[in-house]
Amino acid sequence: MSVSNLLENWSKFRHTHPVEDKGHPDWEAYPSDIKWAMAIDLDACTGCNACSVACYAENNLPVVGKEKYSHGQAMHWMRIERYWDESESGFEVDQGARFLPMMCQQCEAAPCETVCPVGATNHTEDGLNSQIYNRCIGSRYCSANCPYKVRYFNWYDYPTTKDVWPSPMNEQLNPDLSVRSKGVMEKCTFCKQRTYVARNNAKTEGRPVQDGDVQTACQEACPAGAITFGNLYDPESKVAQKWQHQQVELTKEKQDKDKTEGNRLRGYRILEELRPYPSVMYLERVRESAV
Amino acid sequence: MGKDIREDIAWAQINKDVLKSLESPRKAYWVILLVALLVFGVGVGCEVYQYNMGMGVANLDNPHVWGLYIASFIFWIGMSHSGTLLSAILHLMHADWRKPIYRFAEAMTTFSLLTAALFVAVHLGRVWQIYYALPYPNERWAWPNFQSPLLWDAMAVFTYLSSSMIFLYVGMIPDLAICRDNIHQGWRKKVYTILALGWEGTDRQWRNFRMTYLTVACFLIPLAVSVHSIVAGDFAMSQQPGWHVTSFPPYFVAGALYSGCAAIISLFVILRYVFRFEEYMTLPILKKIVRLTFAIAMVWTYLNCIEFASVWYSHDEAAKGVLIQKAIGPYAPFWWAMIFCGSVVPFAMMVKKWQTNIPIMFAVSLLLNLGMFLERWMIVSPTFSHGIYPWTFDHDQWPSMVQWGMVFGSFGWFTLLFLVFCKVFPSVSMYEVKEMVYHRSLQSKKEAAGEELAVKGAN
Repeated sequence: MSVSNLLENWSKFRHTHPVEDKGHPDWEAYPSDIKWAMAIDLDACTGCNACSVACYAENNLPVVGKEKYSHGQAMHWMRIERYWDESESGFEVDQGARFLPMMCQQCEAAPCETVCPVGATNHTEDGLNSQIYNRCIGSRYCSANCPYKVRYFNWYDYPTTKDVWPSPMNEQLNPDLSVRSKGVMEKCTFCKQRTYVARNNAKTEGRPVQDGDVQTACQEACPAGAITFGNLYDPESKVAQKWQHQQVELTKEKQDKDKTEGNRLRGYRILEELRPYPSVMYLERVRESAV
Repeated sequence: MGKDIREDIAWAQINKDVLKSLESPRKAYWVILLVALLVFGVGVGCEVYQYNMGMGVANLDNPHVWGLYIASFIFWIGMSHSGTLLSAILHLMHADWRKPIYRFAEAMTTFSLLTAALFVAVHLGRVWQIYYALPYPNERWAWPNFQSPLLWDAMAVFTYLSSSMIFLYVGMIPDLAICRDNIHQGWRKKVYTILALGWEGTDRQWRNFRMTYLTVACFLIPLAVSVHSIVAGDFAMSQQPGWHVTSFPPYFVAGALYSGCAAIISLFVILRYVFRFEEYMTLPILKKIVRLTFAIAMVWTYLNCIEFASVWYSHDEAAKGVLIQKAIGPYAPFWWAMIFCGSVVPFAMMVKKWQTNIPIMFAVSLLLNLGMFLERWMIVSPTFSHGIYPWTFDHDQWPSMVQWGMVFGSFGWFTLLFLVFCKVFPSVSMYEVKEMVYHRSLQSKKEAAGEELAVKGAN
């Protein structure tokens, strides 16, 4: 009976902390040689929004229209945040804006996971923060507890709403993943449909997943090549090398960098001090680190 | 000031007066009932619209995903606490002045919990899947997430609701027997007969009854404290600035007792008029509740100050930002109104003349509850509008009429349930009022005899 199953395997039903529970037998019981991660070079980012558009196309994101957008009900999993320099006299436009592409940071100790009452959001063995649409009851606690506010709720039933995918855009809906009905939470998945294809192909060919087997939609679309995506556990992968090069470590809550390196080290993770252990490393603009 | 209750009131008269409330209330009863029905209708209409259209019509957005629904949920849960305070805690403390008023306070507990439960359903994006949150055994071995404060919350509220229903019912059994014996009409007689469980008032029955009642009372007290602490945990366990506050559980419990006591004053005034309970719900008793409410108001104010101070002197810039935004940001009028209603208005209860002035106390109690509603809203919304991540600051969000309509409707739903209860079941505990009258008259006889002796001795 399932109650006894629950009691006997309690530690499998709770969310283990990926850092503090290291060495915990049940944590070690799910070994994985894949940990998807990203590095985003803000110095290369021009704020062109191509990544965001690619994400809309790849992930069947509904285009909600001007009115709902201005109500804050947009569904942009990947959003470009624009910041202006501020001085006493107001906004400074001389140096232009700064841009920050922001999507789900796929935290290792995700604040959203522990609070979901029905366990609709969980950690996968390849280090992603998954969202089970079928299980979601729409309490929105995950979004309330997300420090980055990168979770998007289906305020309306978009697939049946007119002009969400006006013809012929409905012809290009991605068959590899579902559209979402009203009342469920959704967010960036690191293009899970692509990573699974890559993993399955590698398995069929009897080899480990190699760097370059998979690109996310945003990475593919970025004209400046600002986004690097790959397996952090593969020391040969570009993303792992970038993290290592910038002396940013996944399991550290505070990076202690080599001070003698000076301005070369631009890597940082956003809101690291809250200890969510995000899987996305940003590289500061040279302009900021040079000052 | 006079006595809590007339001591020469006959037992038969008590039965007669209370049973009359089951049959012929004032006309005002039907007026209030009709208004409550209409108000509830507004809420139902809003929910039907929202159910069909999606949560978007509530004008919630990303990241402002919670709004008045959660605030009302806390408000109604909070309101439920004073029933337990009056019936269980004061019962253990032998404060017998609670006897004429505890029954309706206990009913208020049950019905405000039922109202709060509505908001859980109303708030969910997919309410039709609400049973996923229940730990029911299933083939897929899928369980709710036992680490989520929201799940603890659901369990605490459900436990509290079921226990307080049992408490309400157990305390009513001797009265139900009186109803059964005195009412001779169709369905009511049948209902009372079934519910009275064959009560005959034998010695053994009374002894068992006392034990059961005491046991449930003792069980209920820690539950009442825990349930609102867990609701506070929904916020305190999160990482958000303005919520991540250690003092939240006691703060929430104090706020709960506060709004509950204020609600008791409002309902006291209404019931006293509608059911002609002037003999039982007397002004000296009102004075005692008013004093109790004032004391709790001061505890709440103190805990409020502690929260502000701990945020102000901490080095958590985000939390400090939220606090400053509450005072000067878009929610400032409501935040200051909350401070005014919650911490300034109660001083009206210090004025001795006003303590027994029914219109003034009624107005004060409504203002206090307005303040407590604003308090809950000011806990939920400012954190979303000015949280930790600057790009998502959202100062323009305003609840739509659908949200307000649902909040409005909840008052109709509560009033409806409460009034129907008071019409069907005795809202003044007959057997306990008899006890009270008996003990008090015995006491004053003793005192009189003592005085006589003293006079004789002096001679």
